[in-house]
Amino acid sequence: MLHIPLWKRVVIFGLVALGLLFAMPNLFYSRVEQHNDAVSAIEAQGATPEREAAAGVWPSWLPSTLVNLGLDLRGGAHLLAEVQVEDVYEERMNGYWPEVRDALREVRDEVGTIRRQDSEPGVLRVRISRPEGMATALEVVRALARPVVSLSGAGSNDIEVAGQGDEIVVQLTDAERRATDNRTLQQSLEIIRRRVDEVGTREPTIQRQGEDRILIQVPGIGSADELKELIGTTAKLTFHPVVRRTSEPPDNPGARNVAYPSMDEEGVWYVLEETPVVSGEELTDAQPAFDQNGSPSVTFRFNPSGGRKFGQYTAENVGSLFAIVLDEEVISAPQIREAIPGGSGQITGSFSVEESTQLAVLLRAGALPAEMTFLEERTIGPELGADSIEAGKIACIVAFVAVLVFMGLSYGWFGLLANVALILNIGMIFGLLSAIGATLTLPGIAGIVLTIGMAVDANVLVFERIREELKTARGPSRAIELGYEKALSAILDANITTFITATILFLMGSGPVRGFAVTLGLGILTSVFTAVFVTRALIVIWFDRRRPKTIEV
Amino acid sequence: MRLRLVPEETNWDFFRRAKATFGASMVLVVASIALFLVMGLNLGIDFRGGTTIRTESHSAVDVGEYRDALQALELGDISITEVFDPTFDADQHVAQVRIQAQEGEESVTAETVAEVEAALQEVDPTITFPSVESVGPKVSGELIQTAIIAVLLAIGAVLFYIWLRFEWQFSLGAVAALIHDVILTIGIFSILQIQFDLAIIAALLTIVGYSLNDTVVVFDRVRENLIKYKTKPLKEVMNLSINETLSRTVMTSGTTLIALIALLVLGGDVIRGFVFAMTWGVVVGTYSSVFVASNILLWLGTKRDWSKPDKTEGNQFANVDA
Repeated sequence: MLHIPLWKRVVIFGLVALGLLFAMPNLFYSRVEQHNDAVSAIEAQGATPEREAAAGVWPSWLPSTLVNLGLDLRGGAHLLAEVQVEDVYEERMNGYWPEVRDALREVRDEVGTIRRQDSEPGVLRVRISRPEGMATALEVVRALARPVVSLSGAGSNDIEVAGQGDEIVVQLTDAERRATDNRTLQQSLEIIRRRVDEVGTREPTIQRQGEDRILIQVPGIGSADELKELIGTTAKLTFHPVVRRTSEPPDNPGARNVAYPSMDEEGVWYVLEETPVVSGEELTDAQPAFDQNGSPSVTFRFNPSGGRKFGQYTAENVGSLFAIVLDEEVISAPQIREAIPGGSGQITGSFSVEESTQLAVLLRAGALPAEMTFLEERTIGPELGADSIEAGKIACIVAFVAVLVFMGLSYGWFGLLANVALILNIGMIFGLLSAIGATLTLPGIAGIVLTIGMAVDANVLVFERIREELKTARGPSRAIELGYEKALSAILDANITTFITATILFLMGSGPVRGFAVTLGLGILTSVFTAVFVTRALIVIWFDRRRPKTIEV
Repeated sequence: MRLRLVPEETNWDFFRRAKATFGASMVLVVASIALFLVMGLNLGIDFRGGTTIRTESHSAVDVGEYRDALQALELGDISITEVFDPTFDADQHVAQVRIQAQEGEESVTAETVAEVEAALQEVDPTITFPSVESVGPKVSGELIQTAIIAVLLAIGAVLFYIWLRFEWQFSLGAVAALIHDVILTIGIFSILQIQFDLAIIAALLTIVGYSLNDTVVVFDRVRENLIKYKTKPLKEVMNLSINETLSRTVMTSGTTLIALIALLVLGGDVIRGFVFAMTWGVVVGTYSSVFVASNILLWLGTKRDWSKPDKTEGNQFANVDA
């Protein structure tokens, strides 16, 4: 007969309670947001009494994850950028030219004079005056090839060398292009992320999309234009000799000198010589490392010409300070301990491991590796978002109340039980949205409203079935049992098909549409759960207590 | 007293006018396709590139003046529509300006947008621009492709699932019904020239889901009754099944429509097109599950010997007990 074991009841209502617990912070949105901001500020910059107080507005033992609001609800800017990865091929080929030239010069007797020819971007064409020496020339140039550094491209070389008449044609191999594209994208992402983080807005989305695109969504920023300016500016890295270090912005740094503030040390300014010794374009790599004393440092490497300049300068200036400057801010100003020949060096300072890693990222990040074109730009004002939230809220409440009344009128006591389930259902949707950190968009709100309408479906199926069974079955308890049993296959089939479409929407859609797919999908899960388990448990508990001879559905 | 939208016992013959109802559906489908071909959809920038600027002002919108101000900039095709909504304040006047994708540019440049904004500000100094969206032709081409693939994929997946759970005839009936719904929705968007953007695709897919939801419930009962009444003619079994599920069909459509209408009226103009598509879809979806899906199933016929899969059919999920 009708009975649900205690452990099942505990599990069912436990899950409901858990869902509601996670949903609850959303009721106190601004307060929890304040708490979260304060907590992350304390983590990043240390505790202050104000931050402690702000963090205290919400008890730390309660869940504090919130439903993220999408751009269309919060306002902000959205950009879809395409990285011109071909720019880098061109650069790489230009980088190869001196090497190819030097290698061919060594076999001048056989190949004759060499001259670089104009060619399409990303291809290096070199003409030799003695075509009969082509075999030797190709061999020499091929010897310059390096293995591709990537998992998928392992085993192949980075350049492809072919002879066409009296011309040597050098270009990147497909494997190297793929590896280069990946690096370019990775680097662009890093730079953009760093630049957006600088503005300190909450939860920016910076994602790679497909082969060569980057999606950037920043809530709270004024316009897409502003965002474009922010990420479009080149990160300029330079190395300057330090004239002096001061504790206040100097009025007059002196002729051909500049004054930049320090990035980390507050209130510290550096007066530097205006002409840099070397600039970031000549840096080829930077990696976090440890110095001989085991403290964190950053190693870097210049290209040959940068290495020469750097070596010469450091040899002449042992003991003095030189500053590493990024976009008019001094990242660090270490002391030159010894001459640094060979184009590589190590920056030591009072770094933590994290700081050294970050500095390496900054150094590598430098300027954007390739240009970006913007394929999609959207700006949504915060007022429009606020209006949308307001309208969505009202519509939700009205829809909710109307459905509650309608169910109550149609099914009486059973309708009220279904209404309880519906309320729990909405709570659980918000709980799940918060728990998985999903983003709520305007279509997402529509998805919730749609769920309010459709969630009762499973209960309606069961109730209608119980009604039918009451006509034939022996007694109300049997009717309830049969009602649930027989309605189940329809409930599952109907919801699985809708869930399939929600999944496809999620996989194919983007932005707001994806938000809709998420709420629709979660709504299906919770509504089936509440109808099949929660309402049933409620009905069984009620039935056990009352033992009515007849029921009216 | 209980609210009853459908009498407790119904015994309506849903197939008496099968030719008329099915014919009407066919006519509507053909008309929708014709409308789509003749008038076309009012595609939003998501699908054809360009820029939309939403304007808001305290003084009334004069579309003519706006147009004159922008004509001088020579930006090609410009459309200006005033937006009305019951949720607006009395002195809130909103319009949407749409500019076509500019030759040789992926997305409209900041200068162009600034020019447009300046020109409009001259007409109306109180004007503000709550949203500016710009999509390049490259992306819009891809979006349209993805959208079509998504709809086809959804239909295909559903066809497969129903075939797996029922018989192929059910599957064809269900898919015919949802194609009917999708086409009719495209038809109404063509005739009313409501802007068709990405969100409408989401609505179309939801309609696919909802229409199916409804059809599956009817089919589930047909399957059950086919097992129960082994010798009854298919037509009677189907009529019985539709009658038995009618009350549920109307209740669920009712609650869903209540929610959607609340959103349609109060949800603001930004998602009105989206909600309208869904509301329309629920209405035609409910109609089609009875009059399109069932008619096709009836004409195709189905196997009558369900004795073998009986043991599992219909209750393979039913041993889940709470």
